[in-house]
Amino acid sequence: MLWTRKHLITIEELSLAEIEQIHTTAATFKKILARGVKKLPALRGKTVVNLFLEPSTRTRMAFDMAAKRLSADVISFDSASSSTTKGETLRDTAQNIEALKADMIVLRHGASGAPLYLSKILNIPVINAGDGAHEHPSQGLLDTFTMKEHLGSLKGRKVVILGDILFSRVARSNIYALNKMGARVTLVGPATLVPPAFTELGVEVSHDLKSALADAEVVMLLRIQHERQASSHFPSIGEYTSMFGLNKTRASWLNPKAIIMHPGPINRGVEIDSELADGEHSVILEQVSNGIAVRMAALYLCAGGQPENATATD
Amino acid sequence: MSSLWISNARVIDPASGRDEVGNLFISDGKIVASLSAAAKKSAKKIDARGLIACPGLVDIHVHFREPGQTHKETIATGSQAAAAGGFTSVVCMPNTSPVADTAGTIQYINDAIRRDAVVKVYPTGCITVGMKGQSLAPIGSLKRAGVVAITDDGDCVQNNEVMRRAAEYAKMFELPIMDHCQDASMTQGAVMNEGIMSIRLGLRGWPNAAEDVIVSRNVILSTYTGAHIHMQHISSRNSVEILRRAKARGVHVTAEATPHHIALTDAELATYDTNFKMNPPLRTEADRQEIIAGLRDGTLDCISTDHAPHTDYEKDKEFDYAPNGILGLETSLAVTLQVLVRENKFKLPYVIDLMTRKPAEIVKLQAGTLAEGAAGDVCLFDPDEEWVYQSKKGFSKSSNSPWNGETLKGRVKTTIVDGRIVFANGKIK
Repeated sequence: MLWTRKHLITIEELSLAEIEQIHTTAATFKKILARGVKKLPALRGKTVVNLFLEPSTRTRMAFDMAAKRLSADVISFDSASSSTTKGETLRDTAQNIEALKADMIVLRHGASGAPLYLSKILNIPVINAGDGAHEHPSQGLLDTFTMKEHLGSLKGRKVVILGDILFSRVARSNIYALNKMGARVTLVGPATLVPPAFTELGVEVSHDLKSALADAEVVMLLRIQHERQASSHFPSIGEYTSMFGLNKTRASWLNPKAIIMHPGPINRGVEIDSELADGEHSVILEQVSNGIAVRMAALYLCAGGQPENATATD
Repeated sequence: MSSLWISNARVIDPASGRDEVGNLFISDGKIVASLSAAAKKSAKKIDARGLIACPGLVDIHVHFREPGQTHKETIATGSQAAAAGGFTSVVCMPNTSPVADTAGTIQYINDAIRRDAVVKVYPTGCITVGMKGQSLAPIGSLKRAGVVAITDDGDCVQNNEVMRRAAEYAKMFELPIMDHCQDASMTQGAVMNEGIMSIRLGLRGWPNAAEDVIVSRNVILSTYTGAHIHMQHISSRNSVEILRRAKARGVHVTAEATPHHIALTDAELATYDTNFKMNPPLRTEADRQEIIAGLRDGTLDCISTDHAPHTDYEKDKEFDYAPNGILGLETSLAVTLQVLVRENKFKLPYVIDLMTRKPAEIVKLQAGTLAEGAAGDVCLFDPDEEWVYQSKKGFSKSSNSPWNGETLKGRVKTTIVDGRIVFANGKIK
């Protein structure tokens, strides 16, 4: 089967086969990344623009590195250095980038739907690097890639996503990917951050940590966004930690081989005990490393590469 | 003495109970029972075979953007869009720039209406100074300047004490208060209905409870003060039920529904198309059904468009950043006929009543009937003609419509104001 997609906007619209194509391609690239010379010529002569209109560290560095590993020229800019702060619209910014003959845009944007909007305006591939509370497809793909490395097939596996689900694009992308891969997903957190309507996405919703964590093979923690403390979604960080923070006692309810994941940035002592974050079950830094290979796969495929040719390029 | 003789139309006038194929005569701008033989000879004749002749449509909720936002719409272009949609009387909202909170601004608007309007345009004034919800606007002076209602449309008065005093004060002048029912504290940053679609799209949700809270508040304040409070563009099924019970108790409240809330749901937002972004937002199928039920049993009194023009470049943005609002005047009749008459089997005269006599009654306009002596305001339409609506070719200055490019059924052929043809065969006269 050929990869035909030009843009990577959501996981919701991907088929299981497409998810697997990205994973397979990423696995190939991961092997290459373990070599002494980590560079491939796949995107030589192409320019990738990282348009990050919302702050990001990990994702931006990973996309930057992924594009460079594929030999692309990379230009990165954020809202502080772009014309958007002078009132330029996204359409105008993007059209200017296209006029400068960029070959691909990686977009991080605070407004949900912005990458889809951009993909309809431009003739070049648009990769969503996170839009509002909508999706963060490369994160969902690297998370499920990491889970597969540890668990093999995800069919029937119990995965718990714990924390601020309502405002999380990471949660949504993981839900879509995990559902397609056959995992059983349970969302946990305070009712204000995990509203019951999420069940309509085909997942379970629970506010009882003990029963939710029982026998789970993956627990994915999401950052509790300090800035929301001012709003009415939960009483305080302290209360959140006491009710839903992952500590050693609670971790003991998990399946003994369970892995602990977090997309970062982590708040030590808030959603996760510091020791657990660094402990033997934590795969948090593996997620970061896998982020490069998965993003290489996304760039490579959307630029017109095919999974079976990924090896031939070295 | 000028006369107009419309023949062979199905004349439907819910106010007088008339529904028959026959003649409609207008003389000197008024509906008359018959014309003299001499007048018949000199009358302008319209053969309206196959058409329906009804009172000119009435819309008590439009935004004509003048003064201050004339890049979106003007009284001239807005009233032309109204005429093209079969409307002969419209009530425009005061959220202009500056807002219409003084008699001077109302006078400015009335001057523009006299100069530019092709249909009857009536202004409203603000409830509070600057539409800020804090202190009462000079409601008495606004009334004297000619407003037909007061409203802070778009910025619902949040302070209950201010709303209570506004109701008490406005009652003195028998001036209705129109309220855009939205609890602002529950809708911070909200851009669409709260539910599975907002979860899927990752957009901030506007729960229908935020409308229900204010509708309830208004029912309580109307009960307490006796003032007439009109609820604008009801979108929540629970609000319909609250109003149903209030009306059963005889509370002096009225309410409107828009064509878009009876035709569309939040499922339309899947592609983040900003031509489906308005406030209150499109809601669920259950809400849509209950609004239709509310129109059927009289809980909701009329259809209003909330015609809200915005330029292409304003709407062409990320969903979060695009302004709320869509056009409505040129599509209202066709959409309403489709949803209420064809899909929900409402009787045609009843639907015409929802678009003529009933809205006119809410703001006490002398309009909405073809009874003898009434103004010669008439809409002639073909209920079955199919046409493709191209919003850029319409008469509004803007083109932000969810029905752009759609085939609609039911087309306005001629619009007559005080016996003068202002719109016919696709052209403003």
